[in-house]
Amino acid sequence: MADPARFADDAMEYMPSLYSAAMRMTRNPADAEDLLQETYLKAYRAYGRFEQGTNLKAWLYRILTNTYINAYRARRRRPEESDVENVEDLYLYRRLGAAGGSADGRSAEEEVLDRFTDDEVKAAIESLPEVFRIAVLLADVEGFSYKEIADITQVPIGTVMSRIHRGRRALQKALGEYGLQRGLVEAAPR
Amino acid sequence: MNDRGGANGPVGSWCGSQGAAQDGDVANCEETIHRLYFFLDGELTEDRRSAISKHLDHCGDCLDAVDFEAELRRVIADRCRDRVPEQLRDRIATALRNEQEQRA
Ligand SMILES: [Zn+2]
Repeated sequence: MADPARFADDAMEYMPSLYSAAMRMTRNPADAEDLLQETYLKAYRAYGRFEQGTNLKAWLYRILTNTYINAYRARRRRPEESDVENVEDLYLYRRLGAAGGSADGRSAEEEVLDRFTDDEVKAAIESLPEVFRIAVLLADVEGFSYKEIADITQVPIGTVMSRIHRGRRALQKALGEYGLQRGLVEAAPR
Repeated sequence: MNDRGGANGPVGSWCGSQGAAQDGDVANCEETIHRLYFFLDGELTEDRRSAISKHLDHCGDCLDAVDFEAELRRVIADRCRDRVPEQLRDRIATALRNEQEQRA
């Protein structure tokens, strides 16, 4: 059992990553702030039931994700697409022009990745339908395992894998579109 | 030979190691790319992980692709950080204090 008096000390260190996730989920700062406050209040009230020594970060993400799905989905004006198109393996890799290698051992393709801006990467993630967006966020930004993501989102692990893998490919396509506009990416695969 | 499998072709065609597929100890190109996400996620059994590792030891094309995907993931994680507004920290700290006082 966790001691509620210790909640602030224990949970505050996760605020930056929870806030970033809230921003990607809600896609606007005002909603992200409300979502984060609600998450911390709910977590505080439930902290007596948190089992000390288990994964606090995953527990907080589970509350964040639940709160988002229950509160913010209901408020949305228009329903969201719930699927992504199938995108081939290595979509982005096959479309990056090789502009010559680099001195530090990184490939030309890896160099191109650095030219994507924060705003482009965020916008590409935010363009994914909700279930794919959340799966990719939890896997690639937060580094949770498939099992942890299944617990956080309360869906079977097979569904989690499929959402992560398909979401990643759709994300590559979305990034590819920004890259194409800026001439970083070729229209056709090599 | 730097063919990346062509526009629609199977990935398996960019190096000549398909013959190793039956071997069981060493993966081929197609299997390596197919399981790339599981490999990078650390979600494979030890046998399969080691079969892919061995393939990567001698297939530069697949290694480049794996390195690229790993780098992409690093870039995505790096670019998705937002700074918590100071007033939000204060707001949450205050809300938690109020909650605590109500309970006391
Ligand atoms: Zn190979």
